[in-house]
Amino acid sequence: MRYRAEVFVTLKPVVNDPAGLTIRGGLHALGFDSVTEVRSGKYLVLTLDEPDAAQARARVDDMARQLLANAVIEDYRIELQVESPSPVVAGGGPSAHASGASVPSERLRRSGRGGGS
Amino acid sequence: MVFPGTWSDRDCAHAVLDVLQEPVRYIDHREESVDGLELVILPGGFSYGDYLRCGAIARFAPVMEAVTDFANRGGLVLGICNGFQILQEARLLPGALLRNASCEFRCEWVHLRVEQSNSAFTLDCRPGQVLRIPISHGEGNFFADAETLDTLERNGQVVFRYCAPDGRVTAESNPNGSLRNIAGISNARGNVVGLMPHPERACEALLGGDDGLIVFRSAIRALARVAV
Repeated sequence: MRYRAEVFVTLKPVVNDPAGLTIRGGLHALGFDSVTEVRSGKYLVLTLDEPDAAQARARVDDMARQLLANAVIEDYRIELQVESPSPVVAGGGPSAHASGASVPSERLRRSGRGGGS
Repeated sequence: MVFPGTWSDRDCAHAVLDVLQEPVRYIDHREESVDGLELVILPGGFSYGDYLRCGAIARFAPVMEAVTDFANRGGLVLGICNGFQILQEARLLPGALLRNASCEFRCEWVHLRVEQSNSAFTLDCRPGQVLRIPISHGEGNFFADAETLDTLERNGQVVFRYCAPDGRVTAESNPNGSLRNIAGISNARGNVVGLMPHPERACEALLGGDDGLIVFRSAIRALARVAV
């Protein structure tokens, strides 16, 4: 099965985020005074083939712990979903593409703070 | 050590070979052994384009396994700037280096107070000595959790702190927001040291100062002590 994993990497709450502070300053300069805090981070999208969702999640979690995030300063969150099958080649065209895309994607959302802290 | 994107390797080699007259070999990141070497330097630069995080990819270079074994056996390892970041990613040194508090790349001369003379790279210094050495980085803002910071202080692993010319540790002399003005640390054993400033760029009066030489001279003396 092909999965699409979105990995959100953010600085831990106790870690100062100079970029976030600078962005907040920019927003205030534009008049967006209601913004009290901005935290910046990284967004990674992985496509991977694994037998099932549990294994896919476990693999991405392993990747996050080993490389994608630095547990000293960062947390991560993984969102996983089944990648829509590719459009059928024979008799392809807009309709075939549409039917491919209409396959309900199993939304396997589980939120939780990673980073192994 | 030379990774793709390393840029200070020749400056380091110049300091060790031309100024101090000690032999130098460039180690390619694809090598799998550092046998025969007495001192490994991870120079500054932007290894692997600083992609993902500074030092995050370099840590997985084939040669890093050999460097880790070398360090664990007590071999002398010095990480400068990006090399410091790599040593932290490789867990050879604690903490992490965040973006500078100013969000600016800072390239300027700073003053460092030597906090201890037990590490292999400060043997020739006296505690409290002030060195004038340049920095050149965008992500040198030292961070560690409170417990790690206390352990570092307690064990005397804080090697250098940013300070005023007279040695006072002040907020104004901190160029990047580093916690407790920390510019360089060592591992518990004192054979692995990482620092953000560039001692190799302060090795000749002609280049603005030679305070950095003491770091390399200390290592040479440390090697003479343990010579077999």
